[in-house]
Amino acid sequence: MGRPGGGIIETIIINVLLVFMVLLVLALIRTRNLFAVIVLSGLYSFLMATVLVALDAVDVAMTEAAVGAGVSTVLLLGALNLCKSEEAKTAKRPWLPLALSATTGVLLIYGAMGLPDFADPQAPIHQHVAPRYLQNEVDIPNVVTAVLASFRGYDTLGETTVVFTAGAGIIALLRRRKRDTDAK
Amino acid sequence: MQNDLVLRVVGKLLIPFILLFALYVLFHGDFGPGGGFQAGVIFATGIVFHALIFGLDNTRQAVPDRLVESMLAGGVLIYAGVGVAGLLLGGNYLDYFVLDKNPVIGQHRGIFWVEVGVATTVSSVMLKIFYMFASRGQREGKEE
Repeated sequence: MGRPGGGIIETIIINVLLVFMVLLVLALIRTRNLFAVIVLSGLYSFLMATVLVALDAVDVAMTEAAVGAGVSTVLLLGALNLCKSEEAKTAKRPWLPLALSATTGVLLIYGAMGLPDFADPQAPIHQHVAPRYLQNEVDIPNVVTAVLASFRGYDTLGETTVVFTAGAGIIALLRRRKRDTDAK
Repeated sequence: MQNDLVLRVVGKLLIPFILLFALYVLFHGDFGPGGGFQAGVIFATGIVFHALIFGLDNTRQAVPDRLVESMLAGGVLIYAGVGVAGLLLGGNYLDYFVLDKNPVIGQHRGIFWVEVGVATTVSSVMLKIFYMFASRGQREGKEE
């Protein structure tokens, strides 16, 4: 693992990747072909995963690469199979949604200015329970795993239940639909 | 895609390694990056890859729906069962220290089984969603 905050090279790499991501988003907005949109958003996820690797958050990067670029691309392609592959043109010019998202973006940037500096050891989040976690009384080298599975076992149990509920919901929704079409 | 020779050969070569990598991420999650969630997703990705190349029907024979559905609930039960095991051994719910005489080994054991539970549920949910979407597309394609 690199130094906290990273060196100048990391900063350059991360910024180049972020510029690529902005360009990709602009391309995504311009594209009308949904197949291209899905492939581009897969690319976006891969770039995001690379940024996360550069930030030393390898656990999150793996999830992003596998879920964002892998499974969800396949699922979206499966959904595309069920509908038209061209995005319909909107009749009205979407000024209100544009203004709304621009305002939200500005507010978020304004809020982010109040955050502590990146990797600041004096930040409140590093002063609260993190020192206790890092004492590592469970003796697991990967602190992320230790926090997820042991210190915050209840949270993770809840998350697993959420994932299970999502699967159960999908089964409930799509199974019934199937029976309906059979009845017809 | 089923008749593409290059894809079939590359798929046959890669799929075992993808699944092996998922198991590595699961069992090595204590020491390196990764853990139950990542392992489950990577495992599901490997099987989805198989379905894309060899067709959904072949994959459904290899990994049947019944198995996927029991894994769906099984993972949560494994996780919750670790908690109950802690209760039975005289600790609190999800207390791993009591799982072995040596508390550190108890922690390792608890974390291992919890990760297994997470991986089982996550991989089966991903697979089930994929099966559901893909089979709908197939049915409606046939009807047209």
